[in-house]
Amino acid sequence: MSDHDKNDHSGQDRRGFLKCMAWAGTGAVFTVSGGIASSVSLGQAMAAPAKAGSFTFMQVSDSHVGFNKPANPDAAATYREAVGKILALPQKPDFIIHTGDITQLSKDQEFDDADQIIKAAGLQVFHVPGEHDMLDEGQGKAYLDRFGQGTKGAGWYSFDHKGVHFIALINVANLKPGGMGSLGADQIEWLEKDLAGRPSSQPIVVFAHIPLWTVYADWGWGTDDAAQALGYLKRFGSVTVLNGHIHQLTQKVEGNIVFHTARSTAFPQPVGGQGPSPGPLKVPTEQLHSMLGITTATFVRGSQPIALIDSTLAA
Amino acid sequence: MFKTLKAGALALALLPGCALALEWSSAAVAQAAAPAGPTVKIDNFVFGPQAITVSVGTTVTWINQDDIPHTVVANDKSFKSKVLDTDEHFSFTFTKPGEYGYFCSLHPHMTGKVIVKAG
Ligand SMILES: [Cu+2]
Repeated sequence: MSDHDKNDHSGQDRRGFLKCMAWAGTGAVFTVSGGIASSVSLGQAMAAPAKAGSFTFMQVSDSHVGFNKPANPDAAATYREAVGKILALPQKPDFIIHTGDITQLSKDQEFDDADQIIKAAGLQVFHVPGEHDMLDEGQGKAYLDRFGQGTKGAGWYSFDHKGVHFIALINVANLKPGGMGSLGADQIEWLEKDLAGRPSSQPIVVFAHIPLWTVYADWGWGTDDAAQALGYLKRFGSVTVLNGHIHQLTQKVEGNIVFHTARSTAFPQPVGGQGPSPGPLKVPTEQLHSMLGITTATFVRGSQPIALIDSTLAA
Repeated sequence: MFKTLKAGALALALLPGCALALEWSSAAVAQAAAPAGPTVKIDNFVFGPQAITVSVGTTVTWINQDDIPHTVVANDKSFKSKVLDTDEHFSFTFTKPGEYGYFCSLHPHMTGKVIVKAG
């Protein structure tokens, strides 16, 4: 696995971007690093981080606890299965990142159920809200009451872990008519300060719900003011941007920034523009699990881009 | 639920001799859309009709027919629904003439307009 990383990374000084989208078949694992995909087994992948300072963390996304429509009559059950996959990993990850849409309708019961499910993993969880987590009367107050401790504004924060700087951004608050995701001037100003003075050699991981690059504008799959935020990240040698929202894998590399969206644990959505709307995609029941999944991110010290491995809930 | 009925009606329409079942379907649909007055349907992440013209005093009702929740929020915040889950609706009575742009605060690329004419 780490061999793949090194090989792939040698081609990374190429400017412009690479875009790829792939579906892993039943039981297969999809590896991406530097924009090049290769299939390895999850066992192989997890055997990698033996080196000192190396670590693994998980990304789960769009659990939509409370969703019970035809595309998945029990989103809580598939979220539980996703947590089961994490528990079954041969090596324990350091923590979990949840990239939003924890709940379907921001109901207390949904937040409670989601908490109970993820707690079973026995790991620390770092959250950002999706637009579905902002639907209470207080427009995000319910989320902040649970997860907002020590955060700023609508809930943004950053932390360091084993030399890697993690930044949680909120792009689902105060959305403007006709627009897409939005970070807002206050958050961008905070980001500039948060990054100032950090060495460009420090690996950065940014996570937010809506993609920080425009995947498909007609469906609002992008963030209006992301360019300014990304401008502050350009000087860093290794930046990994993890998003959710679109319930499918997408990947793009621009300079030293790797953009990646994770599968949902609840229901798939169509590829941008392929269908009448970005609504839940109803697939035959036996196919559902191969379209839901989790992402394993492995940081190996000295080998630049963080290796992202997407695995499905099938098999 | 609405979607399922609609799909059911469509499938039945292709078969001969199913007029009765078809009628039952439309009745159920009509029942779901309770309030009188003009309605704007939210279907496939689109407000339809996208622009609607009414006279002062008219109550407009929005119905969400998607499997995903939406909201109806005036650009100037003069009206604002709570979150509308599948089949839920929101009504607002327009008492002043003018043009009211609105959007879905979850999916802000969804926009619509109500034009209110005097008397
Ligand atoms: Cu919406």
